[in-house]
Parts: sequence; C-alpha cells; structure tokens
Amino acid sequence: MMQPLLKVQALSKSFNLRAGLFSRKRFEVLKNISFCLNQGETLAIIGETGSGKSTLAKLLSGADSADSGQILLDGTIIEDKGIRDQQCRHIRMIFQDSEASLNPGLTIGDMLDDCLQYNSDLDKETRANKISATLHKVGLLNDHQHYYPHMFSGGQLQRVALARALILDPKVVVLDEALSSLDPSVRAQTVNLLLKLQQDTGLSYILITHHLSLVRHISDHLVVLDHGEIVESGKTETIFGQPQSKVTQKLLSC
Amino acid sequence: MAKFNLFSEESNKSPLARFWRKFKSNHPALVGLWVFIAFVLLATTAPFLAPYGVNQQHSDALLIPPSWHDLGDVRFILGTDDLGRDVLSRLMNGATYTFGLSVIAALITTVIGVLVGTFAGISRGLRSSFLNHLLDITLSIPSLLLAIIIIAILGPGLMNTVWAIILALLPQFIHSVRNLIVEELNKDYITAFKLDGASNWHVLSRGIFPNIYEHIVVIFTMALSTAILDIAALGFLKLGAQPPTTEWGAILAENLGLIYLAPWTVGLPGVLLFLAVLSTNLVGDGLRQVLKERKAD
Repeated sequence: MMQPLLKVQALSKSFNLRAGLFSRKRFEVLKNISFCLNQGETLAIIGETGSGKSTLAKLLSGADSADSGQILLDGTIIEDKGIRDQQCRHIRMIFQDSEASLNPGLTIGDMLDDCLQYNSDLDKETRANKISATLHKVGLLNDHQHYYPHMFSGGQLQRVALARALILDPKVVVLDEALSSLDPSVRAQTVNLLLKLQQDTGLSYILITHHLSLVRHISDHLVVLDHGEIVESGKTETIFGQPQSKVTQKLLSC
Repeated sequence: MAKFNLFSEESNKSPLARFWRKFKSNHPALVGLWVFIAFVLLATTAPFLAPYGVNQQHSDALLIPPSWHDLGDVRFILGTDDLGRDVLSRLMNGATYTFGLSVIAALITTVIGVLVGTFAGISRGLRSSFLNHLLDITLSIPSLLLAIIIIAILGPGLMNTVWAIILALLPQFIHSVRNLIVEELNKDYITAFKLDGASNWHVLSRGIFPNIYEHIVVIFTMALSTAILDIAALGFLKLGAQPPTTEWGAILAENLGLIYLAPWTVGLPGVLLFLAVLSTNLVGDGLRQVLKERKAD
C-alpha cells in the first residue's frame, strides 16, 4: 500500500461571530475533515457557496490555522492543532484573483527572487537560472521577469502565479477557484499546462472550483463539502456516475 | 483595450515612472512643482543669494519703492522698508523661516506619523487603538488655538510654533497612515507574500511601503500647506517669530502700519505666502489626481 502524499486528519475550524452587543456566536466552518491525496493525482473539492471550500484552501496553504486536526505531508506532521511548521513550503496556493495576489510595485523577477531568498540560500546566479527555468516551465519568456504585474493579461498573470507557486518545488498546489475567472480558451491552455506539469514532475493538485466539467476532466478523486462536512468522497467517475447523497445529486444536476 | 494605438511604446515602466508620466501631463501641477522647487532652493541658499544682510540698514534710502517705480532705485529691486532694509533680501531670507521651517515641521510629522501609524497598523486590539488615538485630544482643538495654548505655556517663539504645528498635524497623519496600512494588509498580495516566507519587516518594506508612499507624499503636501499658513499666521499675531526675524508673517505684521505709505512692504510678503501655499497645493492636488486615475485603471 502506497503511503499517501498528503493526509488531512480531523481538521476543524470555527469562527467567532458577533451576534449581539456582547454575545458571540460560534460558527463552525469545517467539521472533522479528513482526506488523502496521492502523488501525481488531483483532488477536486466541490460544494455550494459557503460550504467552507475556501477556508479549507487557506488552511491547507497555511494562510490560516485550524483549531484542531492534523495535516501530514509525506508522513511528517506539518500542522498539528493550529501550530504549523513555518518552514514548510511544500504546499503552495494559487489565488482566485491572480492580479490581486501579485505585488503591483515589484517586477516578476524581483518577486520570484524574494521567494527564493526567503526560503533557500542559493547564490545570485543559481537564483537567476532557477527563475528563468521556472518561467520557461510555465510558458513565459525570460524577458518577462522585468515586467510589472500590470503589464500582463489575465491568462499570463495566472501563469505568473503558477511560476510563483512552482519556484519553491512544491509537492502540492492548491488552486482556489484559480481557473474560474479565465475565459474558456485561456482556461483550456492553463489546464493543459497544469496537466503537462503534473505528468512531468508528479505534482499533486487540490482543485477547488464550481466548474463541474473541469472537475470531471482533470480530477482523480472528488470530495463534496456541505456546511463544513464531507458528504461524499471517492473516485470522480464513481461519484459522477452514481451520486449517493442528496447534496451531490443536486450539485451535479445543475 | 478598445482603442487602436499606433506607435505604442513597449517599455517596462515601473509604477513610479508611470506616476511621473501622468503627473507631467498635468501642467498646473508641473508649474506648481517648479515653483515649489524654487522655494526649496531659495530656503536653503537665501543667505548666499541675498544682495544685502537681513538687518543691514541704509539710512540714505528709507521707504524707497520697487525699482520699476519712478522714484525707485536700482540698488533695491523690491524697495526698502522704513528702516532702510532691503525688502528683497528680507523676503529671500524669509523663505528659510516660513517655507523651510514648515517643510521641516511637516517632515518631522511625517517621520513620527509614519512610525506610529505603522505600529498602530500592524498591531492589533488595545495596543493598536491606543497608538491610533494617542494624540486624538489635539484633534478637538484647532491647530492655531493649540499653538496659542502651547505658546501661553512655553512663551512665544518660532520653535514653539513648530512644536505646536507638529502636535496639531500628527493625529491626522497617524490616522491616515494606519488606514492605508490596514487597507494594504488585507489585500491578497500580502497574504501571498507571507506565504512566500516574508517576515513582518519584509512585508512592510517590500510589500506595503512601495505601494503607499505616494499616498504619504500627498498627505505630506497637505500637512505642509497647513504648516506654512500656521507659521505665518502665528508670526502675524506676534506669537511665533519675533521681529526682526524675517518670517513672512512677522514682516507683514511689522509693516502693517505702512500699508498706505509703502504698500510693497506688505503686499510682497503676502504674494510670496500665497505662492508658497498655492504651489504646495497644486503639487498635492496633481499627485492626488494621478493616484485617483491610477485607481480607476
């Protein structure tokens, strides 16, 4: 039995909402979430708006911390009860709005260089080589590193965001609605790029989306979230073929 | 991109270069900038440029009108006052006080305001509130009145005026900087930058400041125009600079009695004050316009 690459165990998260002047209400966003992801596979997470998908993405990437539960990567614990290993950059996230996720005041090269500087002790030349190699990998040119984010189109920005995720050689990339804002042809290009990278390097993706045909096209496994709970999980084909729960049937029928 | 653009220039314009290009196309603001630079040069080099000493009296030349007047003397281009002092030299040196000290007051305010505002912005809860509202009490008092209170305690003087102005300008500054920082901190790129492994210092120095310093410059120009007016007003009320200091407001007050006899001694410092405030406001307005346009892009 192969050891799964990413293992999420009993992850929970709740927010305190202000209910009245002094009273606060606890709102559970995620309840007891567990799933596994193998190397080179893609896991899709679907669910209605407000089902906790984006929160789950933030927890996985480390932008937010869970209340309880563990995240294991390659058998080592990287997050335990909200305490995360700050050095771990093996799970990278691509944001929904790629333009907003890039610093408008830095060139692409500077931004990628910062990533490398903070996380490695490579010298300047190695970093420069790595930056141009990564840009090539996502289908951009070396010259693009002197560009500022405002000079790119939406699809190119998504590639830049991908380059930023890939430059640290991650094992898992979390795509939080990252493909939704693109128009169909650019989306197809990006999807092909993602699949090619997966074939070449054995990356794993966690795809969080509304887009069902996309899920069917690229994901191996599927998790259906509803009000913070997993209602159904399994192979994508199985679930698409015979959805068991009411929520899934409703989601898939529309 | 609906417009078809022939001969479009393909170059990597940094945000700062784009800023400057837009600013340049606003001609009033550009003229304002030139006048502003001229004032800065004047304020720093006036003692070397002025033809006569500030308090040098020419007993043979009292109340001589400007040189283009029939009774004028070419030795005194802008005439002399009732003690035979050269008006041009006095006004040039006045730039050091009224304009130069205002710039220094606004700069000190900027440094303190940015520091306190930044700490208020990146800290949370009670500490953030405390820093943010540290000097709010001075907001309830108009800056001139505050200066008068400080002067009532410390005694009249130019330096006390500067402190009063700094105190009066600080709370606004702290609020503005804090709001800017909180607004930036909530943006996606800061989250992404933190996920890249950036420390708090990196987030501030490479993430936030490169994107808000234009806003800080705009706030600076607003503070500066207030400072110029306050220093001159307090000089005029004989609470700030004292004669024979060549502060423009003080010169105005000193020569007010001569307004019918020698209007140039009163009119010229007034014109300079007007120009100083106008140029500062033009520059500030131009910068604000560019920021607004860039937001609309």
